[in-house]
Formats: sequence, C-alpha cells, structure tokens
Amino acid sequence: MNTEEFQAIYIMWLRQMKRFIRSRSRLVATIVQPLFFLVILGSGLRSAVMPGMVGDDYLAFLAPGIIAMAILFSSMFTGISVLWDKQFGFLQEVLVAPVSRFSIIMGRTLGGATTALIQGFIILFIAFSLGIPIAGISGLLLTIAFMVLLSFTAVGFGLVLASKLENFQGFQIVMNLIIMPLLFISSAFFPIATNPDIPNIIAKLSFFNPLFYAVDGIRGSLTGINNVVNPLIDFVIVLVICIFMLGLGSYLFSKSEV
Amino acid sequence: MGDRILEIIKTNNLTKKFNGFTAVDHISFSVREGEIFGFLGPNGAGKTTTIKMLTTLLYPTEGSAELSGFDVIKKRDKVRKHIGVVFQEPALDTELTGRENLDFHARIYGLDKDNRKKRAAEVLKLVNLEGKKDVLVKKYSGGMKRRLEIARGLMHYPTVLFLDEPTLGLDTQTRRAIWEYIKKMNKEEKTTIFLTTHYMDEADYLCDRVGIIDHGKILVIDSTTSLKNAVGNDVITLSCSDLDELGKRLGDESWIKNIKQHDTFLTLGVKKGEEKIPVVFEIARSLNIKIKSISVRKPTLDDVFLHFTGRTMRGQEERNTGRESRPPIFRSRRR
Ligand SMILES: Nc1ncnc2c1ncn2[C@@H]1O[C@H](COP(=O)(O)OP(=O)(O)OP(=O)(O)O)[C@@H](O)[C@H]1O
Ligand SMILES: [Mg+2]
Repeated sequence: MNTEEFQAIYIMWLRQMKRFIRSRSRLVATIVQPLFFLVILGSGLRSAVMPGMVGDDYLAFLAPGIIAMAILFSSMFTGISVLWDKQFGFLQEVLVAPVSRFSIIMGRTLGGATTALIQGFIILFIAFSLGIPIAGISGLLLTIAFMVLLSFTAVGFGLVLASKLENFQGFQIVMNLIIMPLLFISSAFFPIATNPDIPNIIAKLSFFNPLFYAVDGIRGSLTGINNVVNPLIDFVIVLVICIFMLGLGSYLFSKSEV
Repeated sequence: MGDRILEIIKTNNLTKKFNGFTAVDHISFSVREGEIFGFLGPNGAGKTTTIKMLTTLLYPTEGSAELSGFDVIKKRDKVRKHIGVVFQEPALDTELTGRENLDFHARIYGLDKDNRKKRAAEVLKLVNLEGKKDVLVKKYSGGMKRRLEIARGLMHYPTVLFLDEPTLGLDTQTRRAIWEYIKKMNKEEKTTIFLTTHYMDEADYLCDRVGIIDHGKILVIDSTTSLKNAVGNDVITLSCSDLDELGKRLGDESWIKNIKQHDTFLTLGVKKGEEKIPVVFEIARSLNIKIKSISVRKPTLDDVFLHFTGRTMRGQEERNTGRESRPPIFRSRRR
C-alpha cells in the first residue's frame, strides 16, 4: 500500500474524529445514556439478588454489559452514517477520488472504533470508580481487545445495513426489532444461560447470539466472575464474527454505485 | 500533423440502462482540450447519468468512453486522478469548515503538505472565499457552497472539470459571479470544462460548443451561435385576433426562418427582430387582423429545443415529473 492510501485512511479517520467532537449532542447522548443505565440501574439494584448470578454485586455484573452496549451503539452509528453521507451527497466526493474503497472503509472503521473506545473507556473508568472488582492486568488488556473487536464488528454491521437500507425508518426498525432483543438475550443486563427463571429455549438461543460472546468475553476478562464461557473461547468466536462482518460490510460498500 | 486538436473526452456509443429503461442511448461525442463544452437538455435527459459514467461512478451498460486517453472502465484510478467533479447535488461535509473540506480533498488526492497549503490559498482566492474559510460549511449560503465546491474541484489540478448544473437555484448575481470563475479557470488554469445546464443563457455565455441532449440522445452538437442562428437570432412572440390567418400569411415571408403556431400565440424566428415588428404590423393591418400583443426576445433553450425536437421543454417536464419514480436518495436537491 502506498502513502496515498495511508493519507486517505488518515483523513477519513480525522474527519470522523472532528465530526464526533463537534457534535455535542451525540457526544452527550452516547455517554449519558449508558451512564444512566450503569449508575441508576447498577446502583439501584446493587444488592438485589439476581437469579442465576454468582456473588452479590450486580453493578459488577452490569458494567461489562453496559460497556458492550455503548460500543455497539456508537460503532453501528458510524457504519450506518454512510447513509447520511449518501443522503447529503458527500459519499460521491469520496467515491470519485483515486483511492481504493478498502482505504475508505479502513479510515471509517478506525474512526468509528476510536470514538467507540473513547466512550467505552469513559464507562470503564466510571465503573472502576464505583468500585467494581477487576481480575488483573492481562484481563484488562483482553477486555480492550474485546472492545476493539466488538467495535469493528458493529461498524461492519452498520455498513451492511447502510448498503441494504434506503432510509432511516429502516434503521429504526432494525434497532427495535433486531438489536434490542439481541441485547436483552445477550446477558448484558441479567443472566440468561444460568438463569433458572428463563425458558430453556431462550437460554439455548442465546448461544446463537453473537452479542452474547462479546458481553460474556468482556465480563470474563474484566471481572472474571459470572462468565459462562472461557474468555479465550469467546475471543476466538468474536474474532471470527468480526472478520466475517467487516468483510461483508466492506464488500457490500465497495459494490455500491452512487 | 502535430497540431491536431487533442480530444480529451471521447465516447463511443455510450449507453446506460436502468432496469430496461434507457437513460443514455448510444451517444458518441468528443470534447477538445481546453474548451468549455456544454450538455444542454431538460430534466431527465440523461445529463447527470452521462457525467456519472464519465467520472467512473456508474458502469456503462454498453459502449465506451475515454478520458485523457484512459478508458473509464478499465483505468478507473487513472481517470479519477485527472478529473475534478462538481456534482449536481451538494457534496460537502457541512460539519467541517471550508478549509477542512479542501484539506480533506487534497489529502485524498495525495497532495503533499506544501502543495495543500499553497493550492488551497490559490483556489480560495479564485472563488473569493478567503474570508470564510474557517467557517463551518453549514453556515454558508447556497452560492458560497457552490463556489467552495468549484474551488475544491480544482484543488488537484484536474485536466477536466465536470460541472453538473453549476448555477442551479442560484440568484442572478451569484450565477454571473460563478460564470466568471468558470471562465477564469478555463483561461488561467487551462482546464477543459464539461458542464451541463438547462439554461440557454448559461450555455451561450460559457460554452464554445454545446450538445443538445434529450431522452438520452444527442440531437445536435454545435456552437451556440449556430444553434441560435438555426432558430433565428431573435424570436418574436405575438397574439392577435386571427392566429390561423396571420400565421398562414407570414408563412410565405422568406425573412422568417421559422414559424410556429401555439394555442394562443405565434412565434417567429427572425434576424433583427426590432426592425421586423413594423413589418408584421403592416401585414396584419392589410389582412384586417388586430395584434393584441407583441414582443421580441433572444432565443432561449426552449426555442432551440423546440426547433430541434418539435416539442417544448415545458410540456415534457410536466410529463416527466408525472412519472418520476426515482428513490428519494437520487432526487436532486436544490439548495
Ligand atoms: N439510479 C437510477 N435508477 C433508475 N433510474 C434512474 C437512475 N438515475 C437516473 N435515472 C433515470 O434516468 C433518466 C436520466 O436521469 P439524469 O439524472 O441523467 O437526468 P438529467 O439530465 O441529469 O436531469 P436533471 O436536469 O433533472 O438533473 C431519468 O429518467 C431518471 O429517472
Ligand atoms: Mg442532472
């Protein structure tokens, strides 16, 4: 790859960052919403007994789920924002330039991942200050790796949506009918697979939910309790899903005409 | 001979079909180095589709096109390096400043640091936007946005600049200013310009040669002067008490290049229109016909169009909007 392609990746990334910093409302909304979840839900239910949960610290259980949720939403937004670029014509400016589609996707993905990670870290930091236990340094590094992978995956999914959807109503429908249910059975908010009150069929289904492995992986590596699967196995599964999703997203994007 | 005029754009039976509907229909034409060439045509004629094929954004269904000798299908990257495009719809990032939009463009076209700075200053000066360069584009007016887009199109020293309806929806003053910039860059930077428009005055003022396009076909390519001469240098429009009678009588006059009867008026294509008005009055009086109103004007695209197609553009546009079925994303947005 020559320097021009790197320039293109860099400027796509920089644009993403500038837009992120300048759009205050988005900045606030994407940080405040997960914080509400974490602080209000987490503190409010901190000493409640959750069916299927090990230990008695609900906040420690919830924090990984909220980190995953924040990264998921933020990154999906980056992917789907291709639709905005299309609507506002800017996509043409990008597509008519003499750089490969691959660099364009790379720049956008890295930009999306950076913003998502910033948000993820803010939540992580707040969770620490609220006193959640951490498993150790290597666990923390693995957590970050999970965050990056989840972010890439979600950008890829956003790209897939952007190339398939015509407008933003479609996006709303996908959010409400696909993403929210997936999030609910991902064990982000409460235990699923180990929960005696959850119907067996849903518990089984949750193992087909890609989000489950991301949430479970972050939980396993960060706090080391309440995870269902070994974090390294989670990692391999998430990695495979990530490569697939990003590949599909890039493919569909590169096929698109303006 | 060595001084043969270089053909910088050359198409051969270029065609685009959208699900069986032919938007551009086997067009063959060429644009010479250094000229301002215009595509003149009504809504839906296929102007934008042609530009999108020439700028590698759409694959032709059939036929071929070359730009600076590079095939638009096989040598996309080479073509992309040589062209600048100002799209019909605005294509700026409104969350960035003018300067940042230029910087984005410069980097994505691989300009080095010194060049980026120098060139940005140059093009901003060309379109008189130096004072606004650090303002967010969402705070620009429509005309300022257009000027910025033109400046941006020039950033990377393109050989050919495509301008898709450069002054659509702008006020007269801004249009004039933009015309001046276009002339200036054609002269000073030796940029070949391919523009589309549906304004006759625009084509007339800017273009060396014009192609009239309708329903995806090129009807004629010529200089604007010749096109207008075909209609008559002036157009007289008149209404009177007996259109049929007067029309028939005037049809015999040799100084009338062409005559067309509409529902409530007649149009005559003539030379030196002002001098012909008294003559028309004279003839009408001899037939005892009363002229209710009469005017002389320069021919518009409508007249030229009428001459070459036998239809008015207006009637056609109405029919077109009636069957507009493009998804909203493709609908042109007016600023
Ligand atoms: N992506 C598309 N899918 C289907 N039909 C299309 C598409 N793009 C253009 N068309 C059709 O092709 C025809 C030519 O469109 P085009 O945009 O090239 O016209 P135009 O000359 O640029 O018109 P205007 O002056 O309105 O910009 C129109 O009938 C239009 O509906
Ligand atoms: Mg058009």
